[in-house]
Formats: sequence, C-alpha cells, structure tokens
Amino acid sequence: MLDQFTLIYRYDGSFDGLLCCVFESYDKKEIPTEIILPDISQTLLFAAKEIRTDVQKANRVLASIPEKMGFDALNFIQRAFLTCAPKKELYILLFLRLGYRHGRSVMDMLADDAVHTLFKAVKHLDNESHLLKGFVRFSIFSNVLVAEIEPKNCVLPLMTQHFCERYPEERFLIYDKTHGMALVYHPYQSAIIPIDDLELPEPDEQEQSYRALWQLFYDTIEIQGRHNPKCRMGHMPKRYWKYTTEFGSSSKKSLLKLENTAKFLIP
Amino acid sequence: MDVFDKLKILTDAAKYDVACTSSGVNKKAAAGGIGNAAASGICHSFSGDGRCISLLKVLMTNACAYDCKYCVNRKSNDTPRASFTPRELAELTINFYRRNYIEGLFLSSGVLKNPDYTTEQMIEALRILREEYRFFGYIHAKAIPGTDSGLIAQLGMLTDRMSVNIELPSQSSLQMLAPDKSKHSILAPMKYIQNRIQENSTDIIKYRHAPKFVPAGQSTQMIIGATPDTDFQILNLTEGLYKKYKLKRVFFSAYMPVAENDLLPTLDTTPPLWREHRLYQADWLLRFYGFTANELLDEHHQSFNPYLDPKCNWALHHMDFFPMNVNRASYTDLLRVPGIGVNSARRIVIARRTATLQFNDLKKLGVVLKRAQYFINCGGKVIGSLKISQDKVLRSLMSEKTLGMYHQSFPLQSQAEQLSLFEQPPMILSGFPQEDHQRCLTNSL
Repeated sequence: MLDQFTLIYRYDGSFDGLLCCVFESYDKKEIPTEIILPDISQTLLFAAKEIRTDVQKANRVLASIPEKMGFDALNFIQRAFLTCAPKKELYILLFLRLGYRHGRSVMDMLADDAVHTLFKAVKHLDNESHLLKGFVRFSIFSNVLVAEIEPKNCVLPLMTQHFCERYPEERFLIYDKTHGMALVYHPYQSAIIPIDDLELPEPDEQEQSYRALWQLFYDTIEIQGRHNPKCRMGHMPKRYWKYTTEFGSSSKKSLLKLENTAKFLIP
Repeated sequence: MDVFDKLKILTDAAKYDVACTSSGVNKKAAAGGIGNAAASGICHSFSGDGRCISLLKVLMTNACAYDCKYCVNRKSNDTPRASFTPRELAELTINFYRRNYIEGLFLSSGVLKNPDYTTEQMIEALRILREEYRFFGYIHAKAIPGTDSGLIAQLGMLTDRMSVNIELPSQSSLQMLAPDKSKHSILAPMKYIQNRIQENSTDIIKYRHAPKFVPAGQSTQMIIGATPDTDFQILNLTEGLYKKYKLKRVFFSAYMPVAENDLLPTLDTTPPLWREHRLYQADWLLRFYGFTANELLDEHHQSFNPYLDPKCNWALHHMDFFPMNVNRASYTDLLRVPGIGVNSARRIVIARRTATLQFNDLKKLGVVLKRAQYFINCGGKVIGSLKISQDKVLRSLMSEKTLGMYHQSFPLQSQAEQLSLFEQPPMILSGFPQEDHQRCLTNSL
C-alpha cells in the first residue's frame, strides 16, 4: 500500500493514452499521485509506471463515459484535455473516478476540488477561444488569409466551426505558435495540422493600405476625454496585442516560405 | 478627398454613438456568401477609452440639416464635412471583415437634405453589401427620426439590429436642445419597428424561410448630464422602454462637452462617468436581477448613491431581508445578495443539489465574499459576529476616507447618543421598534 503515495503514471500525451491511465487505475485498483508526459526530462525521485496506449482499452473507457455520466461530461473532459492547467491529466482521472461513482450528478459537484479545478480550467479555455475569435487578425497574401496567434490553451479545435462558418468561400490558415499547430481551410474542408514554423511574405500595397486604414479607424474611434488604458487592458490583456494590427505589429519577416508550409492551401 | 480623409472625418463624427454590440442573433453564411454572427457578440478590439470595438462605426455623411445643440455634427458647427458613396462603404466593410478586424457594420448618418433621402443612401450601401457581396455578417443601422415607414421597413429587412436614439430623457429637454426632433418623431419609428418585429415573428412560425425583420431587436441611447433630468426619471424611462417597446438595450452616454451654448454645461465640465456607471449597474439590475426601478430609487431619493452600488444600497436599506441561507434560498432571492451575480447564483443552485455549501465552497463558485459575507449564512454559520448592522457593513466595505465622505452626504439618522458602558444593540436588523423587542423578551406581547 505504500506504493500508493509514490505512484506515477507516464503516458504518451494523447487523449487515448490518458483513457488508458484511467483503465489502469481501475484495473490495478490504485490512484496515481501524478500523471506525466514522456518528454519530461526532470529526474524523478520515484520511478514512473509506463502506461502503454491500447486503442481497445481506450475505446472501452470512452464508450463508458457517456453511458455512466452523460455526453456533457464527455464533452467537458475532452475540452479539459485541451487546457493548459497544470496536472490536468490527474484531475481528469479523479473527475472520471468521481463520475463512475456518482453518475450524472458529477457535473453538479462544483464545490468538489477536482471538479472545480477542471471547471476553472475549461472556463479559461472557453474565454480565451472566445476572445481570440475577435482578436485574430488576418493578412491577405495572394488571396489566402493568414493569421498567427499565441494562445495559452489549445484553442484551435474550438475556433474551427466559427471561422469555417464565417469564411466558407475563402482559404485561410491560423497558425498557433505555442503548440506548433495550424488550422487550415479551403472550401469546404478544414484540418488541424502540425506546422513547425511559418514565415510570411512582405505584405503587398493593398494589404498595407487596409492595415493603415484600420489603424486610423482605431485611433480615431477613441473619445479622448474618456481615455482609460486600465479598462482597455482589463478587456484586452497585453499578451494579445502582439499580433493585432492596431498596435502596429505586422510581422516584418520576409522570405516567401508560405508555399512550403501551406501547400495544402495553394494548389 | 480620399478614403483615408473620409474615414477619419466620419469615424470622428460617429464615435459618440455608444452602441457597438454585435449580439442577439446566430447565423452563418450560405454557400457563396461571407460572414456569420454569434448570439453572444464578439468584440474585436478595445479602444484607448476601454470601449469595445465590434463594428465598423461610421456615419454615411456628417453633413446635417439639423441643429441639435449637443451634437458635433450640428449645422451651425464649423467642421469638415464628408460623405461615403454607398459603394466605397461596402468595399471598406468587406475588406475589414475579411481580415477579421470587425464583426460587421454600424451605420448611422447625419440628415443629408431630408430623412428620406439619407435613408435611401443607407439602404443602397446595405443592399450592395447584402446582395452583391452576399454579406451575412452583423449590420446595425440607425433609423433617422422622421423617415417614411416604408423606407424603415426596407432598411429593417437588411439589418440585424436597428436603433432610434431617444437622445434626451424628457420632452422638455428635447425641445430645448434638439428643436428639430420631438418625442413623437422618435417614438413613432420605435413603435413601428416593434410592431414589425412582432408581425415578423408570427410569419416565421408560418413560413420557415420568411425573411427576417431586425432579428436582433432594437436599442436606443440617451445622453446623461446635459440636462437637469434626475437618475430616477431616467431609470423609470428606461424601465418603460424595456416594457413597452421591448428594447434589447438602453445605452447611456455621459455628456462630453463638445459645444459652447448657454443651455449646455460649460466646456470644462468633466463627463459624469460615475453617474453613467451607476445607471448601467441599475440597468443590469432591471434586466437580469428582477429589480424594478421603484425599488432602487424613489421620489425622495432621486439620484444614486455615489459611494455604494445600487444593489448594495438596496440591501443595506432592507436588512430585514437578510441574512439569507444560501442552502435554501430561491434563485431569485439569491440574486438580491450583494456579491452574488447571475453566474454564481446559478452555480449555487446547481452545486447545492449534491452538497451542503460552506463559505469556502462559495468562494469556488465565484461569490464575492467581501460583500456577500454580511448578508448570508451557510447552514446556520456566519462569518464574524452574529449581529450585523448597517453601520458595520458600511465600515467594512469602504475605506475610512470614503466612509467619511459618505457620512457627510448621508448623515446618520440617529441623534447624538448617550454614552454607555454597554453598547446598545442596533435595531436595524428587525422591523420592530425597540419597545416591542423588550416586551418580546419579557413575554408580555
């Protein structure tokens, strides 16, 4: 029983892998104190138990979740997996254990520690993805819309539907710098693909003039007598400013490497 | 004059319009189109004054035939004039929209020649957007008072939200400062739009694809602080507008002195931003918290307390309502507690199904205990002492300095007290006079 306090799972970082940890936890009747990713190089005091990803086991767990605690709970942990919360894997495992015991009402147990932590994390994710729906700025290069973002959470899956409905006839790419992923779309299909780096070409004249027009609009719309930078910062924290056109941060990189990274877009 | 100059002049002239919301309608582009809308609304940026930028807010033209004293675009003002052609405006909108700068267009206008002609110009710009560019994004248009109802109907089919500015909170103020507008010319289009929305809602039930008339409803705005109207009058008017005209929003704008006139506050007055803030707080209480205007203010208290928000102020004058047991109180009652909002009240109702809530649980649910702790108990427990008086709550909610200012403007009711070795229990908590309490205790009631 002493093992209980030093038990550490190591999984491959995929959602299926996490579900296998849940399987293992029930199979061996044990609760880990931590679940870690394979690339954590930090030497651990205790050896970690390798959890092999087995699609069959994962599917068994996946099928049981909506059955035991409803589709809301499944949707919820899928979103929780996208968050940047520390120890999210462990809390998802604890949440599921709670769910298997109490059923649907686990979604009501907001005062429980695991549930509360995950709810807070998912709220952060939802907020960030909602804000970014507005703060994303596209630049148009040879009729392809390209944008860069640097979110904390993995927000691309939550933004896909919105942008596909917004620009059904356009071709666009949103590059998530933090996670090295990109959402690409051309009529009428979308995909999230891994991308290492994105270098943008020099904006053309038309692009530059619309950027200038937008900056002009942004500066003019402010009522000087009500200047309130603190209020602005509350609504639009500075970490989002980096890629917004109005703060004069159009990327100044050159080199036309766009074709290489996004062949998908330009046939 | 190129697009840059026009955009600068016409944005500058439009910036005093408050509404910039893109909420109230969910839709997506049909094949071959561009643009969608989310019911929650999406803010695309925030300007230096902290206001959200969601729509491209411009005027069609700032050449105006009217001479409203408070307005920058009045006829008698010496300012550069410009007009967009409908096509220029549509092109600008689409290009901003493709780059995700904006959620749509907010189109207002000065009165060029007459209201009908101006509205025709606006309709043409929106028609190009909707039909030629197949734009499905959000459009908010201003109805110009005095426009023919046929034109308003046409405009309404092209927009998501319409608004008619009520401008000033009373007929007398309107007569004084905006001689070309009357209460009737403002309320008539508002009524017309409301009727059409109602008609349209029955059409949609009959025919699923019936074209939608102003699906996101209508809003209005008024200027605060240019005229002597009190908060009580303004709040009552607001409540009336929500009830009678089914408005989605009423916006308030603190008066920015832009013109010198004997009838207006002088140029060096600061805009009454605090008053505007309190009005918005009260507006939220009306729309989401089940308060009525008469509960928040009355004939004797015509203006808001500058030191306390309206909800706290209400709670302190109704201490008999509290402390409230969070584990039992109904949702509507929970909404009345300062520090508990719509979200946290909803979470409380959900969370208490599975557990008895304690104070540290409430923190997790998002309750602001700093304010709420004086008004609630959890399973019989309270924080701090049992007896909570108005004075005590005030002292803990405010800094010493603000408390001093508060007492200066709202002197304590009680007269000078006789010093006593034992503190007298304050009797604000119950509605009974003191003698009743004593009789209660001696069982002689």
